[in-house]
Amino acid sequence: MDAIILQILNGLDKGSAYALIALGLTLIFGTLGVVNFAHGALFMIGAFCAVTVQRLLNLSFQTVDETQKDFLGNPLKVDTPYVEAWFGPEVGATIIDWSVPLAVVFAIPIMLAVGYAMERGLIKHFYKRPHADQILVTFGLAIVLQEIIKYFFGANPIQTPEPSALKGSLDIGLMLGFDPNAIIYPIWRLVYFAFAAVIIGGVFAFLQFTTFGMVVRAGMADRETVGLLGINIDKRFTIMFGIAAGVAGLAGVMYGPLNPPNYHMGMDFLVLSFVVVVVGGMGSLPGAVAAGFLLGVLESFASTTWATTTIPGINQIIIYLVAIIILLTRPRGLMGRKGVMEE
Amino acid sequence: MSNNELTRRGLLRTGAVAGAGVALPTIFTASSAAAYTNEPTGGTVTLGFNVPQTGPYADEGNDELLAQQLAVEHLNGEGDGGCLNTFTSKALKGNGILGKKVTFVTGDTQTKSDAARASAKSMIEKDGAIMINGGSSSGVAVAVQGLCQDAGVIFMAGLTHSNDTTGKDRKKNGFRHFFNAYMSAAALAPVLSKEMGADRRAYHLTADYTWGWTQQESIAAATEAMGWETVNNVLTPLASTDFSSYIAPVLNSGADVLVLNHYGGNMVNSLTNAIQFGLLDKVANGKDFKIVVPLYSELMAAGAGENIKGVLGSMNYNWQLDNEGSKAFVKSFGEKYGKPPSNSAQTCYAQVLLYADACERAGTFNPCGVAEALEGFEFDGLGNGKTLYRAEDHQCFKDVLVVRGAQNPTNAYDTLEIVEVTPVEQVMYAPDHPMFGGAEASLGECNSGA
Repeated sequence: MDAIILQILNGLDKGSAYALIALGLTLIFGTLGVVNFAHGALFMIGAFCAVTVQRLLNLSFQTVDETQKDFLGNPLKVDTPYVEAWFGPEVGATIIDWSVPLAVVFAIPIMLAVGYAMERGLIKHFYKRPHADQILVTFGLAIVLQEIIKYFFGANPIQTPEPSALKGSLDIGLMLGFDPNAIIYPIWRLVYFAFAAVIIGGVFAFLQFTTFGMVVRAGMADRETVGLLGINIDKRFTIMFGIAAGVAGLAGVMYGPLNPPNYHMGMDFLVLSFVVVVVGGMGSLPGAVAAGFLLGVLESFASTTWATTTIPGINQIIIYLVAIIILLTRPRGLMGRKGVMEE
Repeated sequence: MSNNELTRRGLLRTGAVAGAGVALPTIFTASSAAAYTNEPTGGTVTLGFNVPQTGPYADEGNDELLAQQLAVEHLNGEGDGGCLNTFTSKALKGNGILGKKVTFVTGDTQTKSDAARASAKSMIEKDGAIMINGGSSSGVAVAVQGLCQDAGVIFMAGLTHSNDTTGKDRKKNGFRHFFNAYMSAAALAPVLSKEMGADRRAYHLTADYTWGWTQQESIAAATEAMGWETVNNVLTPLASTDFSSYIAPVLNSGADVLVLNHYGGNMVNSLTNAIQFGLLDKVANGKDFKIVVPLYSELMAAGAGENIKGVLGSMNYNWQLDNEGSKAFVKSFGEKYGKPPSNSAQTCYAQVLLYADACERAGTFNPCGVAEALEGFEFDGLGNGKTLYRAEDHQCFKDVLVVRGAQNPTNAYDTLEIVEVTPVEQVMYAPDHPMFGGAEASLGECNSGA
């Protein structure tokens, strides 16, 4: 029982990332009808927003410490971050320690701007082109973006640790009456899950309870009719592209402490997120979220020793296996609208 | 009208015949005079540096490239000479190789076997590279080694740690300066036993490819010989980015040690995940839980950040080694590039000098002569201490470093501390050891490409 709870927890945090990326993907597909293969790159750029904030907060001036030597035997140049000089060592160190949560604030305008620029600068020219063209151009864009990041940040992963107060793990098993160490779970993974729930809830609330959201939903259902009513639906859809980019970016910012960001991380998530969208139903927001968590949990269970010894390699194929079954039995996906991807 | 007028077709025909006539003697002389592949005929000799310049190991490849450029400078008599001043062989004079100025071309392996073979092939066939050096993957090393064997050039592998490179896949034209999985295990096991006790239960996570398998096999055998029990070995896909579902069951398995047979991004992520789960803060079977990373590199250590604190592993070389060769290399590399060299950089630097030295001693660039000069060669002064290139399998034997993630690093380069320099005698094995292809493993015949 404890092993089952543990794998469900594991699946939830993995599913959180899938759900957040897939939510943005399906939002773009549902509004603009564009298959955006650059969406993983937006997740990666979000993670590098955290790296950038960390580097900005660590901007330092050098002093020479004659008592210490560097690797060549010269007097050691000691770096002191400006924030520590300005606010004092303790406050400065605390600010640096909280760089990832601070990066969330920094990433919101950056990601909105990146999304807006991407849509206006490139993707809008491909609205009326076949999906194959859209996939090619956005995939190319993803490669360009990751190479730009590699040029500036290198290929090696960069640690963006969680704040010290949120390091370590909780013995959830003990709280539930199991033996000690039966269900250990990292605090930051729980934070990530909670954060994803808030973001997903926020996007749904925005679409459900605001006039803007109502118009967007109407546009998703019947774009032409909304346009005939004199509403500039294109402008709203562009804003939705920016919001989708923001969601992917924030997912990336908070993901950094789980696994150190590298320039390739977007590609690692991209294919899986597309599978999530297909399983959930193209254009279905609740479908994307539900499928994200479902596949996250399934992947987690497939990685257990029991599963891999019973069916070797199941951990590598489970998601695609589910996708094949769904496509064969219910081509529109779990919660897809009738008619979408079924013609 | 005269029929002697020059027509376009006539000109082309005449030109083709004349061109073939002029080229014919050259074709004959080229094939008949060349005693071996890419025999240098002018005043220069070209080396081929095949390293990952793109992809996940691009930073490591860049470090290798910097070291190889430095080696070329030293061979040509530029800079401070580096290890030419400390190398026990005095055949190199700083006037190139056999009087020819050394130039180089580079290829991008992308850490993909097919891309690495294509770039090596291009350097050999188009650029006339006389040898191929470098790389950061066992899969790539085995693939390129096979290509160089067929092409008739010397291959000196870069960072490759699988037993197979000089085991079942050994080749007469291939040499490895780097240590291997067996040596890591042989060096680590006694230290692990001393620090953690002989009564331990180990849980292995292993990257599911050639290096991971040989690493796990080696470390499991060595620790079991010390009295440890292997509780479980879970193979993880190479493409994995999150290891939480593999790490979550570890504490509940009855294990008290986690061995991460991972390298590069896999290792950075699995170690980060293990620390997140708080494994190092736990007590299992009445003992403090421990993590072991059999193979370390400086770039991995930098990627893993604070997570490596106190975690034991092994290395081929570390810039903190206090011998004359190491000091000369660190000074030369550090002054030129502003950072200490990584162990892959030192490997590639040493290999370039060793190749050049072998040519000088053999008096030829012929790969068979060079291979003969390298076989059984003993030397010192290149940074690793006393070293032997064993003739039977072309594996290099030298002391192995057991290192630990530094508890209180004082700077960005001080991430690992040397725990023990394991003497070479302790990591020696027979050339026909079962983990290295057994009695069937053979170098085969040397191929000069003639």
